Amino acid sequence: MSAVLVTTTINGDRTEFVCETDETLLDALRNRLGLTGSKEGCGTGDCGACSVTVDGRLVCSCLVLGVEAEGCEVNTIEGMADGDVLHPLQAKFIEHAALQCGICTPGFLMAAKVLLDKNPNPSEVEIRFALAGNLCRCTGYDKIVRAVKAAAKEVRKR
Amino acid sequence: MAMRYETPATTKEAATLMAKAKGSAFLLAGGTDLLVRMKSGMIEPDLVVDIKHIAATQSIKKSASGFRIGAAVPAAAMGEHPALKKAWPGVVEAANLIGSDQIQSRCTIVGNLCNASPAADSVPALIAAGAKAAIVGPKGRRTVPVEKIVTGPGTMSLKKGEVIEAITLPKRPPKSGDAFLRFIPRTEMDIAVVSAGVSLTLDNKRVVKKARVALGAVAPTVVLVPAAARAIVGSKLTDDVLEKLAAACSAACSPIDDKRGTVEFRTEVAGVLARRAAKIAYQRAGGG
Repeated sequence: MSAVLVTTTINGDRTEFVCETDETLLDALRNRLGLTGSKEGCGTGDCGACSVTVDGRLVCSCLVLGVEAEGCEVNTIEGMADGDVLHPLQAKFIEHAALQCGICTPGFLMAAKVLLDKNPNPSEVEIRFALAGNLCRCTGYDKIVRAVKAAAKEVRKR
Repeated sequence: MAMRYETPATTKEAATLMAKAKGSAFLLAGGTDLLVRMKSGMIEPDLVVDIKHIAATQSIKKSASGFRIGAAVPAAAMGEHPALKKAWPGVVEAANLIGSDQIQSRCTIVGNLCNASPAADSVPALIAAGAKAAIVGPKGRRTVPVEKIVTGPGTMSLKKGEVIEAITLPKRPPKSGDAFLRFIPRTEMDIAVVSAGVSLTLDNKRVVKKARVALGAVAPTVVLVPAAARAIVGSKLTDDVLEKLAAACSAACSPIDDKRGTVEFRTEVAGVLARRAAKIAYQRAGGG
C-alpha cells in the first residue's frame, strides 16, 4: 500500500487524512474529507472550479498532490462563511444572480476572495484578470464581475 | 505499482534519488505540467521527487553576481519581488504570462524550461537575459547557459540524475533593459504562437553596446538569434536598423504550420515582435 498520512490545517482546523501518493488534493478533499464544495471541472488546471488556497496562494487543487499538502494551510470554500453568516462575496453572488448551475461558483468565490484580500478596491479590468483562471459556461461573466464589485464595496465598509 | 513520493532536503539527495531510480522518475516543483501528464495517462511515474523541501530551491537571492531564482520559486513570487522586477522586467513579465493566477501560484521557470516546449513563455526572456541553469548531478555541480538545456520538443541535454537547482541571472550593468512579447489569439491563458525576448545594454551615448535576442514557438526549440543581436549593436535602434533586426529574426524561423499560425504568419510576426520588444528594452535601458 502506498497510502500516506498527511497532516494539514484545513479552514483553520488541524486535519489529518490518508491518501494515495498519486491522489490529488482535490480528490482527497472531496473523497476522504467530504469537503465537496471544490469541484472537478477539467482536471487540467484550465477551469478553476477546484480552486483552493494553499499557504495563502490560490491554486487548482486538481494539480496538487494530496501528499504535497503536508504541513500546509489549506482553505476551501467550506471555510468562507462565518458560521451562518455568508461572506459578502457569497451574499452578493446570490443577490446579483452571479451563478446558474453553480459548478464553477466555489472556484470563483475563492479566486475573488484572494483578489479582495489583496486589493479591496479592484477595477473591472483587475477583476477580470484575477478571474481569468475560472471558467463559467452559464452567466457570461458579467454578473460575476458585478457581484465582485458589490462585494468589494461591502468589504471596504468593514 | 504504487508511486513512490520523496521529499529530499538537499538537491544532492534529489539527484541521488533520480540517479538511482529504476523505472520512470520525475521531479516535481509546481506540478502544473507534471500532474496534467500523469492524469492524462501520458506518464505513470514510479518515483516522484518533490524538490519544494530543499532550501536552495525556495528563494530568490540577490548578490553581487546577480540574481539566483530557486527551482521551486513560483512565478507569482517573481512578480512580488521588486528588485528582480526592476532589474529584469522582461524576465518577470514573461514568467507572469504563464497561465492563470492559480497556475502562477505553482508554476516555476525551471519547470517551464524542463517541460521543453518551444512555446515556453519564460524561456526566450531567460535566454535573452543570458540566464544560466545551476545543475546538481551525481558527478557534482555544473552551470549551463539556458539555451543549451533544451535539445528539441520534450528533450533535454540533462543527464540521468541531474537536477536544476536554480536559474541565475547575471549582474545588470547600468543602462540595461529587457522586454518580452508574446502573440496569442486572445488576451490571456493561451499558448504562444510566436514570442520574442530582447535584452540590451547601452553606452553613455545611448548606442546599443550589447544585445541578445531570442525567439519562441518558431523552431523546435527556443532560439537565440545572434544575427539579430549583431544587427542592432552599434546603433540607436533607428528604423532601418529595426528592419534588419526583424529580417534576421524572420530568417531564423523554421516554424510548424498549424491552426494556431501558418509558417508565413509566424515568420512575419517573429520580426514584428522582436522589433517591438527591442524598442521597449531600449526605452527601459534609458535610450528614450
